[in-house]
Amino acid sequence: MIYREAGDFKTSYRDDGQTFPIRLDRWGYYAVLAVAFGIIPFLINDYWASAVFVPLLIYAIAALGLNILTGYAGQVSLGTGGFMAVGAYSVYKLMTAFPEISIVIHILLAGGITALVGVLFGLPSLRIKGFYLAVATLAAQFFLVWLFNKVPWFYNYSASGQINAPERTLLGHAVTGPATSAPAKYLICLVFAFVLAWVARNLTRGTLGRKWMAIRDMDIAAEIIGVNPLTAKLSAFAVSSFFVGIAGALLFAVYLGAAEVGEAFGINKSFLVLFMIIIGGLGSIFGSFAGAAFMVLLPVLLKNVLVGSFGWPTNLAAHIELMIVGALIVFFLIVEPHGLARLWALTKEKLRLWPFPH
Amino acid sequence: MDQFFFAAEVVANGLMTGVMYSLVALGFVLIFKASGVFNYAQGVLALFAALTLVGIQQGQIPFADLINAAFGTSLHQFGWTVPAVLAIALTAGVMVLLAFLIEKLVLQHLVGQEPIILFMATIGLAYFLEGLGDVMWGADIKTLDVGLPQGISDAIEGATAEWFGYGFFIDRLDIWATLIAAILVAALVAFAQYTKQGRAMRAVADDHQAALSVGISLRFIWVMVWSIAGFVALVAGIMWGTKSGVQFSLSLIALKALPVLMLGGFTSIPGAIVGGLIIGVGEKLFEFFIGPMVGGATENWFAYVLALVFLVFRPQGLFGERIIERV
Amino acid sequence: MKTTFTALVAAGMMAAAPAMADLVVPNLSYRTGPYGANGTHYADGFNDYFTLLNERDGGIGGEKIQVPECETAYNTEKGVECYEATKDTGALVYNPLSTGITYQLIPKVGVDKKVLYTPGYGRTSGKNGKVFEWVFNAPANYWDGASVAIKYLLDENGGDLSGKKIALVYHNSAYGKEPIRTLQGLAEKHGFTLSEIPVDAPGQEQKSQWLQIRRDKPDYVIMYGWGVMNQAAIQEAANIRFPMENFIGIWWSGSEVDVLPVGAAANGYKALTFNGVGMDYPIYDDIKTHVIDPGKASQGGSHVGSALYSRGMYAAVVIAEAIRTAQELAGTAQISAEQLREGFENLEITPARLEEIGLPDFGPEIKLSCDNHGGSGMARLQQWDATAKQWSLITEFTEPDQEIIAPLIAEDSAAYAQEAGITPRDC
Repeated sequence: MIYREAGDFKTSYRDDGQTFPIRLDRWGYYAVLAVAFGIIPFLINDYWASAVFVPLLIYAIAALGLNILTGYAGQVSLGTGGFMAVGAYSVYKLMTAFPEISIVIHILLAGGITALVGVLFGLPSLRIKGFYLAVATLAAQFFLVWLFNKVPWFYNYSASGQINAPERTLLGHAVTGPATSAPAKYLICLVFAFVLAWVARNLTRGTLGRKWMAIRDMDIAAEIIGVNPLTAKLSAFAVSSFFVGIAGALLFAVYLGAAEVGEAFGINKSFLVLFMIIIGGLGSIFGSFAGAAFMVLLPVLLKNVLVGSFGWPTNLAAHIELMIVGALIVFFLIVEPHGLARLWALTKEKLRLWPFPH
Repeated sequence: MDQFFFAAEVVANGLMTGVMYSLVALGFVLIFKASGVFNYAQGVLALFAALTLVGIQQGQIPFADLINAAFGTSLHQFGWTVPAVLAIALTAGVMVLLAFLIEKLVLQHLVGQEPIILFMATIGLAYFLEGLGDVMWGADIKTLDVGLPQGISDAIEGATAEWFGYGFFIDRLDIWATLIAAILVAALVAFAQYTKQGRAMRAVADDHQAALSVGISLRFIWVMVWSIAGFVALVAGIMWGTKSGVQFSLSLIALKALPVLMLGGFTSIPGAIVGGLIIGVGEKLFEFFIGPMVGGATENWFAYVLALVFLVFRPQGLFGERIIERV
Repeated sequence: MKTTFTALVAAGMMAAAPAMADLVVPNLSYRTGPYGANGTHYADGFNDYFTLLNERDGGIGGEKIQVPECETAYNTEKGVECYEATKDTGALVYNPLSTGITYQLIPKVGVDKKVLYTPGYGRTSGKNGKVFEWVFNAPANYWDGASVAIKYLLDENGGDLSGKKIALVYHNSAYGKEPIRTLQGLAEKHGFTLSEIPVDAPGQEQKSQWLQIRRDKPDYVIMYGWGVMNQAAIQEAANIRFPMENFIGIWWSGSEVDVLPVGAAANGYKALTFNGVGMDYPIYDDIKTHVIDPGKASQGGSHVGSALYSRGMYAAVVIAEAIRTAQELAGTAQISAEQLREGFENLEITPARLEEIGLPDFGPEIKLSCDNHGGSGMARLQQWDATAKQWSLITEFTEPDQEIIAPLIAEDSAAYAQEAGITPRDC
């Protein structure tokens, strides 16, 4: 009754092709933006920033990146953790080498460097496909982690190989380092997430996105209709790694502040981000955010409920939390293999008909 | 000359280690072949099997922590121990039950989904089993002892010292692992070739639809394959658990099996063995000779890079089925 | 429906944060994940000592101590979440038992004004109180450990290690790499050759490393391991028949869980420690009457008396003593984290005081000051007896070679000060 498109007339192609064709959706989107930019920064405290919003936004960026590669271009990658490490170490080297240049430029450059590395490791995708490719990207994961652990130049010869983010400011506010306020942390991640999501949305519905999807659906067929698999696959790797690199840079510089490559960017990170996009929905921008929210919030939620409210011993709670997360993943896959994004779409379909389903 | 003997020793040990990797990889191959599921939970299955084995053997009360937390009791042990053979048989029974439950609760609902969805489901399963294993048996490091010997083999050291003037190091556990792996593979091959169920299994692996049409029950085959994979996981769990205790890290051996799979092909049992041997020897030789020059700890990535190089030339793995693509 | 769900989620996300009026000492523990088996013992010891103080003495200075536990699974992100969730509940001091989480928290505690106490782990140069105002790592750190091990070997060899070969088998992470520079310095000074052998986490497959050791035949092996790496290394050492008495682990490689899976072959293995081991201390009588028998022991008390339990308890003892000192200085029982920092800087734990606590000769004498946050660095060796299944102490507390370590600490903390823009304070 409320949610419908009747009476919402489009008078140009431009209007018809917009991201949110239904007026109510558009309003909802503006409302979310208004809350995210206008209200949350004034309410946020350290706990909410560090435990919820900042990781959520950063993982959403990483999930966007992986979704471009896996969801749109069909190349399964388990090297996300390694590429995030490239972003983190690039931004660290840049930050310490050129302290006078703005951190935003460093983060973008870190994304660019990661894109180059991503293209390099994307080359085998021209010959290797499917699960073989997924396992092959693990080579990137393990090799990059080993490299950053082994070569002292990357961590500026510190005794233990840990990297620490020094304080850098943006418009007079610290955005990295310990003195960063919760709103500053949140806002810089939000701006990056917003801009990148916008970029991703527009890339994926343009020529490039269509090429990627053609490759995903069947690469030989795509080649026959004139899509160059070399450029399509490598551009997917480049764009995806750019996003992932920025996520890694933010994760290290803004969120963690210190990192050790094996621990912070290990294989678990690769799996985590892959989870996010599958739970959220392959080939969906909204799905990347939904999946990141699911995987970041659920453990915190379960922990607070089990330990905080029920007062269970922490180890038992942690084990049961693992069981619940595992069971929920299986459950979601059974209920809706195409992820939260599809569930959301189905809900919207139902809403359009409500209250007269027939 | 010394260098040659060192190299030979490293190769011998690499081969043995390769067998240990193959044991884990076998489970992956069995399931992938029969159901097209890339079963990430194989490593966790090994951990779960080993935990259950130790738990049964030592007479631990399952879910003791949970019961204690819920009822304020302090139960830990039944107070008996079970002989190793019986405990292994019981654990195998548990693995069959688990296979049945997995089929019933998970796979049955995911028939016909894309491979990546099935893959994710097994990751969910891995999480679940990891938590379940810990809740059932506790997260302590457990010592697994089913009577397998460990340590340097004196006979081989003595003999090689006599022949070459340099005593080779071979771990007795590795010799046993090789023997058991050989028996296991022979048994699997015989099973697949000469029994009715085995032939049905191969038929399913070839073509689900065709197998269904001649009256083979897919569900039964899947339960069977998962049971066999569970049993293989149990064997791998025993070997690795004897080596370094039963604990969380045991599940991470799955990561060592992945390059083996890539190299050997996801669908080939001989591939898993040969792939394991190549990876074992390759990574040990590289670590031993090149490792010190580049700072060591190369094994983790080298196995993958080695497999990657192979794949570039043979994208379906050494023994994998040829990928034929048509539009 | 949707709003109730959102509200429910929001309510669930809020960490349960009751207003805590007592002294709050959060326990950032890990009982799951790759190092869960080790973390459990430590966390139990830490909890039980505070339970004892609460039950027997009614807390410290009449104030009860609350020890909210938060599971980190040795994961830095969960560690940050735990820290943020507990820091506004009046938390005084953090002891995360993870070098990674420690590095995360070092800059944060300076801003939030919380004490970070990292006995035997964390950032070694945290010893320098001029730079690291809020970090304390008494009684010993990684570099002290390396030096004490070498001192012990010097004693074994009549003061001369020249021409000897020593191999360092280390966890290939920030933690494992810590002792390299110290050992390199000591190698130069004493004329032994050092070979470094990294093991990637988790480290259950170490065949090539130990074949390398079998080939090179080093006289001694020093190990900096954690988790499954310890058992695998001790097993492989036994497999190649490396003499166990020439194999020395750092304190994190010296607990029951490391040697028990190896069985009889681990007999004679040595490890460093900065606390006493075993149950021959009067305090265990009190723990039995006040903690175990009433059923208040952490996790049912199944780990009481193990090496890591003792270490967790020792960390709790030092924190409790620092709280006591702080209460005396501040003249109030309800202290703040700033006052606790003062307490730490004026902390003095004499042998007599340890005896009073019921732990005679349990740890080295500790005397901290404004510039020395790390104490004397003394440690001792323990040896494993596989038949009796217990550790026994084989040396007295030994001083490390500060001649090598002090300049390294000065250098590393200066580097940090420059990187983080800290002006070292005057002491």
